[in-house]
Amino acid sequence: MEAYLDNSATTRCYEEVIDIVEKTMREDYGNPSSMHLRGVEAERYMKESARTIAKTMKVQEKEIYFTSGGTESNNWALIGCAMANRRRGNHLITTVFEHAAVSAPMAFLEEQGFEVTRLSVDACGRVNLEELKNAIRPETILVSIMYVNNEIGAVQPIAEIGALIKQQNPQTYFHVDAIQAYGKYRILPKKEQIDLLSVSGHKIHGPKGAGFLYIGEKVKIQPLIWGGGQQNGMRSGTDNVPGAAGLGVAAGKIYENLTENVEKMRMVKRRLAEGLQEIPDVRINGMPLEEGAPHILNVSFLGVRSEVLLHSLEEYGIYVSAGSACSSHKRAGSSTLAAIGLDAAQRESAVRFSFCEYTAEEEIDYTLAKLRELIPVLRRFKRK
Amino acid sequence: MFHAFLIKYAEIGIKGKNRYLFEDALMKQIRHALREAEGEFEVTKEQGRIYVRAEGEFDFEEAVESLQRVFGIAEICPVVILEDEGYEKLSKDVIAYVDEQYPDKKKTFKVYARRAKKSYPIPSMELAAELGGDILDAFPDMTVDVRKPEILITVEIREKIYLYSQSIPGPGGMPVGTNGKAMLLLSGGIDSPVAGYMIAKRGVKIDAVYFHAPPYTSERAKQKVVDLAKLVARYSGPIHLHVVNFTDIQLYIYEKCPHDELTIIMRRYMMKIAERFAHQDGCLGLITGESIGQVASQTIQSLAATNEVCTMPVFRPVIGFDKQEIVDISVKIGTYETSIQPFEDCCTIFVAKHPVTKPNVNVIKRSELNLQEKIDDMIEEAVNTAETIVVQ
Repeated sequence: MEAYLDNSATTRCYEEVIDIVEKTMREDYGNPSSMHLRGVEAERYMKESARTIAKTMKVQEKEIYFTSGGTESNNWALIGCAMANRRRGNHLITTVFEHAAVSAPMAFLEEQGFEVTRLSVDACGRVNLEELKNAIRPETILVSIMYVNNEIGAVQPIAEIGALIKQQNPQTYFHVDAIQAYGKYRILPKKEQIDLLSVSGHKIHGPKGAGFLYIGEKVKIQPLIWGGGQQNGMRSGTDNVPGAAGLGVAAGKIYENLTENVEKMRMVKRRLAEGLQEIPDVRINGMPLEEGAPHILNVSFLGVRSEVLLHSLEEYGIYVSAGSACSSHKRAGSSTLAAIGLDAAQRESAVRFSFCEYTAEEEIDYTLAKLRELIPVLRRFKRK
Repeated sequence: MFHAFLIKYAEIGIKGKNRYLFEDALMKQIRHALREAEGEFEVTKEQGRIYVRAEGEFDFEEAVESLQRVFGIAEICPVVILEDEGYEKLSKDVIAYVDEQYPDKKKTFKVYARRAKKSYPIPSMELAAELGGDILDAFPDMTVDVRKPEILITVEIREKIYLYSQSIPGPGGMPVGTNGKAMLLLSGGIDSPVAGYMIAKRGVKIDAVYFHAPPYTSERAKQKVVDLAKLVARYSGPIHLHVVNFTDIQLYIYEKCPHDELTIIMRRYMMKIAERFAHQDGCLGLITGESIGQVASQTIQSLAATNEVCTMPVFRPVIGFDKQEIVDISVKIGTYETSIQPFEDCCTIFVAKHPVTKPNVNVIKRSELNLQEKIDDMIEEAVNTAETIVVQ
């Protein structure tokens, strides 16, 4: 049996996505910039995709810009916005536990002379609204806050934050990294006063290498990628037709059954959390079960190094992710887990389970059975 | 301009009657190495020399790089091959060659001519003097220095005429396969690939063994070792890499032996298992990347304790090297970048915070008595279930 519980890393493509990607590679392979029929045909896919995506958020088609994925969307939102508005101010606000695709461009902007305020989060991973309120100044250009934290699934009250920002400074833009939230929450930028919003395709059963940035029509932003002037001159480069088409199909499908899918994920999450209670010295990290994101459960198995547990589970076809040190390419431990104040023992033993609509209860039961078997054995071996 | 290389050997010349064995091995290795360079090449042996001729277009840089990985080569000389069309034509070609190769003419030079084809009308000395004179006439800035010339232009008259003046250093050593075979204990670190390289350089063919300990080491750690073996194989030729699952033995030692002796005991069993594979593959020695005092398990006492289980000689080519010296070689041979990738090949759980640094063999042996019950079967199991990957 196999249990793929790493859906926050990436998801399997929907069959319909694969079909349209194949069709746009094999048959309708034109370049939308071409003047001939083949080009027009290909352009239709781009338009259709933008229309579908726009509908999921009740925004305008022209406010959707295709990118190479979440990282580019975040980079563009931050750098493009900061550069275009630097005459108005040089202050940016973010949180201490953003994904590297936000924290790294923020650090870059800091080197370029911008001032960055990083908001703290509490033990659940919640931003303090009072702190945010006090941080906003007349020269604050942009606030960037992630909707769902990728490691612990902490969810921010985005609508409240949007309202607060505009109330403090109507000029300040609000960027939301919604890479882990899109397809799990109904997001309405106009209502929630979001100006910029980043989404990645492969987290919602779409293709890798495709994503989009929503840019509200009144937002002042400059391009990050210059060239042939595609997408209204805002994002040059030959249109990634298969990527955009696949992304559109994925977005349409995931929002079609949103309530049902989310309920499925909540159920498997609950089932796993309940089952884990039978194992001693297990800690669930982040928000209380029902408050956190439906698809992420971060758990510490005290006394077991997370990467060892990861590789043990892997032998049984169970795939999870470890937030700790030597599991990832970077040696530095997880900053998210440190940000919510976990001690070293809890950080080094933290494992992330993440689900999707396809995650079956049997997979959860199988995983629980293996965990009950493995945890006591692994706990016998520790460094002395 | 160049279409051939003259290969000068390192130590083969002194091998007496066995010389042809070394030359044949060298040619085989050259052919193998040149498969990585763009172009078709013919490798021939003529009158005690090896020539590499490119047939048609080829990538000069790639060919040189490939040849520089062949042990046994002392020098690589790019050669221009000319047809014998009389002295006038030869003189013109030599002048054109000098003009192209040395844009700065303020140099001292000497022409060395060798008439291997005795039917050629001009004797060697005379030919050298004539060509030297023509070069002086053509390039007045150049001067002759017969003792220490900056440029030594060699003209060899054979069936064709070989013209060369440059020499690119080869790696030295002896052709792989001329000095038997040894088993390398390969980890994901910096030292063991260098050790393998150095022994291969002496003409020894190598196979390797890697100890894998899932779930304490990851699939990526194993991939890293395969990648390192590939890099070493660029010099040594194909390597049979035995991947041994060591987890059960490691856990058994953990449970039965004092924690501060874990590493030493573990290494003793690694040596034993490596020796089993060595016998199986017809190897006559083991190779490790140990260097005295580098870590607790490489103090002289630890080395003695580890060595004690082996009956084969253990070659430790970097034994007297400082870390930086080993790093320098790994950078040179191209294994460094891979070695420093951060996938741990030994989870720290099995490393005591305060390991013994001066183990006493008798004490270690007494600890190992605790393993009596199962260890032989476990070794058998580990050997039998090992996966063998042919890396090339």
